Amino acid sequence: MRNPQLNEKGELQHLLTIEGLPRETITHILDTATSFVGVTAREVKKVPLLRGKSVFNLFFENSTRTRTTFEIAAKRLSADVINLNIAVSSHAKGETLLDTVDNLSAMHADMFVVRHAESGAPHLIASHVASHLHVVNAGDGRHAHPTQGLLDLYTIRHFKKDFTRLSVAIVGDVLHSRVARSLIHALTIMGTPDLRVIGPMTLIPAGAEKLGVKVYYDLAQGLRDVDVVVMLRLQSERMRGALLPSAQEFFKYYGLTPEKLALAKPDAIVMHPGPLNRGVEIDSAVADGSHAVILSQVTFGIAVRMAVMSILAGN
Amino acid sequence: MTIVLPDPEALCEELVQQLRPHVTPDTALVGIHTGGVYLAERLHAALGVAVPLGVLDISFYRDDFDKTGLHPQIKPSKIPFEVAGRHIILVDDVLYTGRTVRGAMHELFDYGRPASISLAVLIDRGGRELPVAAQFIGARLEVPSDHMLVLDRYENGKLRLKFDA
Repeated sequence: MRNPQLNEKGELQHLLTIEGLPRETITHILDTATSFVGVTAREVKKVPLLRGKSVFNLFFENSTRTRTTFEIAAKRLSADVINLNIAVSSHAKGETLLDTVDNLSAMHADMFVVRHAESGAPHLIASHVASHLHVVNAGDGRHAHPTQGLLDLYTIRHFKKDFTRLSVAIVGDVLHSRVARSLIHALTIMGTPDLRVIGPMTLIPAGAEKLGVKVYYDLAQGLRDVDVVVMLRLQSERMRGALLPSAQEFFKYYGLTPEKLALAKPDAIVMHPGPLNRGVEIDSAVADGSHAVILSQVTFGIAVRMAVMSILAGN
Repeated sequence: MTIVLPDPEALCEELVQQLRPHVTPDTALVGIHTGGVYLAERLHAALGVAVPLGVLDISFYRDDFDKTGLHPQIKPSKIPFEVAGRHIILVDDVLYTGRTVRGAMHELFDYGRPASISLAVLIDRGGRELPVAAQFIGARLEVPSDHMLVLDRYENGKLRLKFDA
């Protein structure tokens, strides 16, 4: 079966997940993003690439930050952007997902950026829409958040150059994290030899080893000599039942403090997808310290999303 | 039909002679990827231009994006000087339809408002589709419309004109 993200020429038609993408496609996105980083430093921060195109941000689940970065990226490509906060509109009135999409397609949309609490919703939309339309997954359930994975990849490449020599640790609530899943797929495709996940047993998915990662339940052990530390946000809104005793206890065992970070390589970088829970998964001294590249991630995230949208729109 | 291509090294020298009287301490050169950058690097050195060389990749400004999509290998544009108020000489290898030059001018204006832009090319092959003209021309050459003429560079740095498929 053909990868549902690729068209008959093997080009990227939708971006739904990083899993199964060819390495060349990922490299092309990262290289294109490099050129967009330069654009956002100019007097005029726009290029005319998507002039006359309409990008619809369909957010069935609230996320101000992700929606804003997609909106900025689309506007810097000169697209017209329409934001729909469907969590509080027609969906609540009982309209089905595909009826909503059909209505927006009839308004001559060119691209849908979709955030949904249910895994697979962007796939469903992509398989339903006409062939000139493009769908970008902006996070679906626990499944995937491919543009976050790509911007994490871009950030790691920017600071560490070569993926094939790196040790990367992903720390915290791996179970609920589509960010972790996307990044693990991305780093595996790029040939990263040492991938670790660190967290309490209740927050590491069963069979995590099958993704090709080493599992650590002890933070100090897992951080030893890593080049990159990726902290995950503790997703209390996704917690059902008592997976955790308390946020304080989580911080005691899995919070990243300067002392714990000292176990990593001296030039290690610390990443976080935001929003930060200071004093829960990360200490302020680390979040604001010299190893943190969290704000670079935000800046690069715009350029990476510009790259994804322009590549999709051109295919 | 075989076309005899001129020696690009001689044409480059010809351009240096044409440009020399127009270079002031304030002049900036900007090469267009890829062949235009090869040429601009040579002109920049030969003319002793003080302002650092700018380079443009006009992929984000092409008018055929809807047909061809994004170029697979985009190089970052770099304009390492203040564009506003500057006299800029745009450099490309081959002038044909004029669409690349239009895109390059559009991109330059997104960095600022230059005092003037002029155009230097190694080859003018005619066939214009836009009102664009070069002020400095190495040679004029008739080339069949199905041929793509580009400037390449040998490993030793010598320039080479060739036809691309």
